[in-house]
Amino acid sequence: MSKQDSPLALFWREFAESRIAVVALGVVAIIIILALAAPLIAPQDPYDLANLSLSDARRPPGYVGSNGYVHWLGTDANGRDLLSAILYGLRISLQMGLVAGAISLCLGATLGIAAAYLGGRLEALAMRIVDLQLSFPAILLALVLVAVLGQGKTQLIIALIASQYAYFARTAHGAASAERSKDYVEAALATPLPGWRIVFKHLLPNVMPPLIVVATVQVANSIALEATLSFLGLGLPVTEPSLGMLISNGFQYMMSGRTWISVYPGIALIVLIVAINLVGDQIRDQFNPRLKR
Amino acid sequence: MLAFLVQRLLQAMAVMIAMSLLVFVGVHFIGNPIDVLIAPDVPQNIRLETIALYGLDRPLWEQYAAFVGRLLRGDFGRSFVFNVPVLDLIMGRLPATLELVLIATLGATLVGVPLGIYAGYKPDSVVAKSIMALSILGFSVPTFWIGIILILTFAVNLEWLPAGNRGETVDIFGVGWSFLTLDGLKHMALPALNLSFFKLAMMIRLARAGTREVMLTDTVKFARAAGLTEGTILRRHVLKLIAIPIVTVFGLELGSTLAFAVVTETIFSWPGVGRLIIESITVLDRPVMVAYLVLVALLFILINLTVDVVYALIDPRLRQAPAR
Repeated sequence: MSKQDSPLALFWREFAESRIAVVALGVVAIIIILALAAPLIAPQDPYDLANLSLSDARRPPGYVGSNGYVHWLGTDANGRDLLSAILYGLRISLQMGLVAGAISLCLGATLGIAAAYLGGRLEALAMRIVDLQLSFPAILLALVLVAVLGQGKTQLIIALIASQYAYFARTAHGAASAERSKDYVEAALATPLPGWRIVFKHLLPNVMPPLIVVATVQVANSIALEATLSFLGLGLPVTEPSLGMLISNGFQYMMSGRTWISVYPGIALIVLIVAINLVGDQIRDQFNPRLKR
Repeated sequence: MLAFLVQRLLQAMAVMIAMSLLVFVGVHFIGNPIDVLIAPDVPQNIRLETIALYGLDRPLWEQYAAFVGRLLRGDFGRSFVFNVPVLDLIMGRLPATLELVLIATLGATLVGVPLGIYAGYKPDSVVAKSIMALSILGFSVPTFWIGIILILTFAVNLEWLPAGNRGETVDIFGVGWSFLTLDGLKHMALPALNLSFFKLAMMIRLARAGTREVMLTDTVKFARAAGLTEGTILRRHVLKLIAIPIVTVFGLELGSTLAFAVVTETIFSWPGVGRLIIESITVLDRPVMVAYLVLVALLFILINLTVDVVYALIDPRLRQAPAR
């Protein structure tokens, strides 16, 4: 270990030891770039109804549409270019996963650290609620909330957050209370330092590594959960077709052999989820002290 | 012990009340159910009559009080859409879900545990690595997508198995069961496989982790020294030692498999409670939604309570310490 190695460079070198993880990270990066650049690179704006022609509907991959360009992945039931729809769908799925993941992270970390720092009855109550929620399957909770709040983007994000934050809270609480009981924190607490300084200087940095691991896994889970709810027809409104909805729309044509309408969005979804999970797996192994040589 | 039990019971009841309140109040914000019940062009007097009939004109808390009262008597009201008592509706659909969930969970355990034990016994072999790859796939690929792939492969391309409905059923105690006829079993194969995939992944991981730990203990060393064959050690000793967490998870997973059945039943048009709740949410059939959610919450709380109590019976430390 040379002295000019920054922690980040060290982290990266260790991460790069797993070739699968590096490839997965590359795939995630490419997907994010594709999703961000969707309006620039997609052959068609899938939301512009003027572009759609029903004579182009349900055409197989490689079909040359009435607009003159090739539909490389075919078209869906509305004559929409599937490649464009997938690029835009990736945008929506990623957005939902990241927004829900980020808010759950903040909410869960705050709750977990606060519970560990304050202790007492509040801690017991908060953690009891979190435990109870964790014993309840996420999909059921999301289903209850979608049923209760109705359908829409905000409602869906709320449902995703409500079913994910508990994982962050549990993790943050575990790490923070382990740190809280250490002597140096006890010592810091005995000094007149303000509480927030101890939280930010001592507790938070030690809580971050496990939280990052949970965050990668939970972003993948959010995307999968959103896709599932959209597939069930309880997710996003029709105007914002996520990958789950694209798959759902194509499902009814599957029996007649027009499989591409479901299969290509599905492949995009699986590649995204598996890639994120592989990156998360590698980071978890890196942060796991028991696997350290 | 008694104090612990009472405490847990009180907690369970508090959760149940909170849950029923949340579901009931929340469900009332979705939309006006009267718009679903009758066409918009019916005369005003029929509209008012219907509102009065379903008690939709009374204040919310009165509706809730009436709702809890009826709940305690086992009366969940009548479905707006089907116009039959909700409990009958759910009970009529429950067998389909139960047989699917039971077969899927049992199958996942019976296949997953041996695979997991093998993966833990020889962790570096190629077979073990493929088993683990399978379990990673089972964890990360969404259930609905696996269902689609199963339909595509076995129903559309190979045409081996049907992709929807229950097939022939046999009536026992007045309800139909599919697992007793060949046709029913054929119809059940794909949905059960679909539902079991996630559980399979979980059982593999659980059995593998347990086996890896147990293989390092003195029990195994002494068994080997005593000249027992590896097969006997795995069957007699390892399996016994890893059984406790597996049985626990099996119990807990029964509940969550019920939740996942929602997805599987929708894909395979399986007429169980999961499909019922999805249909009810889309047409705003409030009594069915409320009853389903309350019943599932009750089921979960009962399962958790049972697990807590069983743990307390096994572990004496939990009996004395006040719950954190």
